[in-house]
Amino acid sequence: MNFSKSFRNTFLVILLSLIVSACATKKTTTKVEGQMQGDVYTGTDTVKYLADGVPDRVFFATNESILTTKSRDTLRKQANWLRENSSINVVVEGHADERGTREYNLALGERRANAAKDYLITYGISADRISVISYGKERPVDSGSNPLSWSKNRRSVTVKAN
Amino acid sequence: MMIRIINLFFIIFFLLSTKAYSLIEIDITRGNLDPLPIAVSPLFQDDNSKRNSINELKIENVGSEISLVVENNLKISGLFNPLSKEAFLQKPDIAHLKPRFEDWALIKAQALITGKVTIEDKKLKVEFRLWDILAGREMMALAFTTVPSNWRRVGHIISDKVYERLTGEKGYFDTRIIYVSEEGPKTARVKKLAIMDQDGFNTKYLTLGNELVLTPRFNPTSQMVTYLSYFKNLPRVYLLDIETGTQEVVGDFPGMTFAPRFSPDGKKIIMSFAKDGNSDIYTMDLENRIVERITNHPSIDTSPSYSPDNRFITFNSDRSGYQQIYVMKSDGSNVKRISFGKGLYGTPVWSPRGDLIAFTKLHKGKFYIGVMRTDGSGERLLTENYYQEAPSWSPNGRVLIFYRETKSNDKGEGFSAKLWSIDLTGYNERQVQTETDASDPSWSSLLSN
Repeated sequence: MNFSKSFRNTFLVILLSLIVSACATKKTTTKVEGQMQGDVYTGTDTVKYLADGVPDRVFFATNESILTTKSRDTLRKQANWLRENSSINVVVEGHADERGTREYNLALGERRANAAKDYLITYGISADRISVISYGKERPVDSGSNPLSWSKNRRSVTVKAN
Repeated sequence: MMIRIINLFFIIFFLLSTKAYSLIEIDITRGNLDPLPIAVSPLFQDDNSKRNSINELKIENVGSEISLVVENNLKISGLFNPLSKEAFLQKPDIAHLKPRFEDWALIKAQALITGKVTIEDKKLKVEFRLWDILAGREMMALAFTTVPSNWRRVGHIISDKVYERLTGEKGYFDTRIIYVSEEGPKTARVKKLAIMDQDGFNTKYLTLGNELVLTPRFNPTSQMVTYLSYFKNLPRVYLLDIETGTQEVVGDFPGMTFAPRFSPDGKKIIMSFAKDGNSDIYTMDLENRIVERITNHPSIDTSPSYSPDNRFITFNSDRSGYQQIYVMKSDGSNVKRISFGKGLYGTPVWSPRGDLIAFTKLHKGKFYIGVMRTDGSGERLLTENYYQEAPSWSPNGRVLIFYRETKSNDKGEGFSAKLWSIDLTGYNERQVQTETDASDPSWSSLLSN
């Protein structure tokens, strides 16, 4: 399990760097529709702040748990804030949109929350300060049935645990 | 909280054994576009029993009510066309003794159900007969004695007997549906476990809605339910005894457990356990509490469902990159992907007959309920919609129940979740009545057997 996990993480890192370089070259062709890039939400409507300049959430593409450049930026800010506030523990909630089967989405939400958690750990936050919970598609923030609403709901949200 | 399902005493005996084969029979293997015209005569009740019926049940004519239960069941099966009672020429008591077949043939009935009800000494006695109008003879005669409050179940049992006699297969009317009742806005939905008769009556709520509950499933005897609860914000698989109301967490897992089902022998619960971003399939033996890991793969493995002989498990995995359906031996060996069509596949569930796997499919923004053979061949999509998922089989493997959600507008209005059923043939799609919005249905076994 440990082996497969570290293997997967290495794989993710490679994949991420590929995506980053792909994005760099593809930027001009990526369709930007208002508050979305591809199908990842880039707006700030639903975002709350853990502290000044520290967004509480990151967004995902359909069926994905890969962190975008912007997501990693947000999570680094969260990590800094957590380092400065060492008495605060957090829960990372993982969510999916409504366009998937309930059980798979529970697993997908868990995967997304852990992607965020793993990144915070990489930036020096102790694993025992971060717990995760998946809500699958049970707790949307936007109740619309359209691509923009769904993009807001594919998210992981870091909330204070105490 | 406590519901008594099983401790109902039924005494069933055959009045006559009628082996003579009949002229009428129903082929249920194809879509039935020409349902059998059947007359369901009100069950006759004498004046004394009528008085007792009012005292015991607050119902004036329970015989007539039972016949309505039967009529409705036969109608929603799609295989029968119950005729209007207004056209009936013969009185219930006389018809029950000996129908005038010409009169029933005149209104184009091919089969007739007659009966008689008595309530005495707090006992409900019901007898009924099924008649073949074309052949001019009795096909079946049965009698039941039970407590008066069981009168709806008597109607369901009569329906099952008639269905079985005319189709050659077991019925599915004396059954219950457990499901999740939903209320409130989409962003703060309140969900409760609910149980009702298959025809939507006798709804009871098993949880209060204080915590999120999902995916209830019956055990083979339909006395226990396994489901997911977010009690204390810890999503875990629970076990609920419907009769006593006792609940317990299944196993001691350091993380979310979900997607539970019983094994067909009722001895184990199979479920997913998610840890560090990876979901795998586990079983727990309910007797010795031994936990076994069945899959070990860095992908999502979920929605496991046993074959009826306990030898195989079908499940959902994204190990190929996307959600697909797999089958493996129940020890986790010999994993084979079986879904190869276009789109994503989820929620596989093995038919009680063993030959088919029902599933949800997502393709080009539409959701389908379909079936395929257990090797993945012969895929057949039964129904297409904006959103639907989670089929559950009727105990005879002829009907699927699932839930369907409607699209909401940009303000989130117009959303609903309802239960629907459809025949394996792809015909006879209907909404199943529920008091509230509903999802995650699971069909019980036949309660009287």
